[in-house]
Amino acid sequence: MNMEIFINFTYIISCMLFAFGLKMLGSPVTARKGNFISMSGMLLAVVVTLLSNHIITFQWIILGMVIGASAGAFTAYRAAMTQMPETIALLHGFGGLASLLVDWSAYHNHPTANLMISIPTFLSVVIGGVTFTGSCVAWGKLSERLPGKSIKFPGMQFVNIAILISLVVGGFIFISDPINNYPIFLAIMAVSFIFGIFLVIPIGGADMPVVISVLNSYSGLVACTTGFVINNTVLIVVGALVGANGIILSIIMCKAMNRSLTNVLFGGFAPTVKAKSDGEKKEAKSMSLEDAYLVLEAAKSVVIVPGYGLAVAQAQHAVRELSELLEKNGCEVRFAIHPVAGRMPGHMNVLLAESNIPYDQLVEMEAINPTFDTVDVAIVIGANDVVNPAARHDKASPIYGMPIIDVDKARTVFVLKRSMATGFAGVENELFYYENTSMIFGDAKQTLQGLIAEFKASAAA
Amino acid sequence: MDFIYLLFILALSIFLGFVIISRVPPLLHTPLMSEANAISGITVIGAVIAAGSEIGSPFTIILATTSVALATYNVVGGYLITEKMLKMFKKKGQ
Repeated sequence: MNMEIFINFTYIISCMLFAFGLKMLGSPVTARKGNFISMSGMLLAVVVTLLSNHIITFQWIILGMVIGASAGAFTAYRAAMTQMPETIALLHGFGGLASLLVDWSAYHNHPTANLMISIPTFLSVVIGGVTFTGSCVAWGKLSERLPGKSIKFPGMQFVNIAILISLVVGGFIFISDPINNYPIFLAIMAVSFIFGIFLVIPIGGADMPVVISVLNSYSGLVACTTGFVINNTVLIVVGALVGANGIILSIIMCKAMNRSLTNVLFGGFAPTVKAKSDGEKKEAKSMSLEDAYLVLEAAKSVVIVPGYGLAVAQAQHAVRELSELLEKNGCEVRFAIHPVAGRMPGHMNVLLAESNIPYDQLVEMEAINPTFDTVDVAIVIGANDVVNPAARHDKASPIYGMPIIDVDKARTVFVLKRSMATGFAGVENELFYYENTSMIFGDAKQTLQGLIAEFKASAAA
Repeated sequence: MDFIYLLFILALSIFLGFVIISRVPPLLHTPLMSEANAISGITVIGAVIAAGSEIGSPFTIILATTSVALATYNVVGGYLITEKMLKMFKKKGQ
């Protein structure tokens, strides 16, 4: 009994360390220390659990831990920063499955008629199953092993409704008599696995940041329900923290796209291929590298707006080099980061940090927008919809109301782009036709390298 | 009573989570998510108890051992990935 109290007391300390660790992620200065504190909380919780007198044999624990730890270390070592979204999606899935298996073995060993256990068991299996297969599909889409675009088949909605009804009915049968309904339990699990696939497969690549966040919160919820099943407080606390994390990030992502969560998860973005009002045939100006160099050379304040296209072109290092040359030339350089730049929350910041751009130069959308009046040049690289001024005033535009980066208010705007093609949402970008906008066509990386060469040549002369 | 007491903890933890996490800047949202992954591997505690306490059917041993492996994967992978990312965030001139 004393041991039990000691273990639970240690769990309280672990929970506090987890909470502190997350709190210290509030600033890049303390974040690494926070991660370390969180790690020590985890170590403490695991070690004290191993001391529990419930544990008789260690061979299976050791086997599982060795496999898991080496695979985890290998994944972390291998994962490139551009691959973070799919790696994290996979981790969500494994977390969900791990919790599900704990509940399954608890149920297999001691099926009980206690409602306070059978209800959380049912919820764990459903949420855990959905998290697992849903995350696998998200992983496939993000790593381009599955087609990234929305996949739908006729009657899908009816199938989903049928699944939902069968889960509810199955749940009632299971909860009313868990001891004699093992087959129902297995059926619920199988249906949940299928449900997870159907929920994620119709969601397009552009909406993946939301899906990852939602799956994150699911993986927290399963840990929570598992905590109820095995009567463990740390699982409940941590599950709640992770669940809250996922919900907050989902809301932030949805706001940044000006869409509701239900619209993202069940609606599917209808690409309104609305014939645009071709009143006057507008013409976009293009600019040569030499002229662009002259403008940049005279600039005192430059804002760079990176989109995922920058990472696709592998141009992060070129952009850092250009920003260093500009600074050497006495110019202030900042990067404007839209919340949905990249493929998961905060992804663009990680990509830029990787190429050694100091984080004090990475500025959030809300902070940078009021300062555009004083900006000489805004350079848009691989971003499109997030700088479309139509979002501010054109009520007919499908992206109307979406918060954007106000680059059009800068004195001059450069848009680095391959062609005049539209963005994710398939919307024409009126920014390209503005008086103060110049297009610099070509591969973003080559364009940047061209500008860098111009700067270096003039420095040498 | 146990159930109510656990719900009580749940309610307060959700509140705590919202307060702490809403203060994390968008700059660190990706490391935040991988950190969340790492701590959600806390399931390893339940898995460890399941794998060590029952010398029951081979089937439960398989379930529990797999669960230990998956949860440990989350813990180790999650923390190392977070560290890998956070290491790159540098202040100017650092």
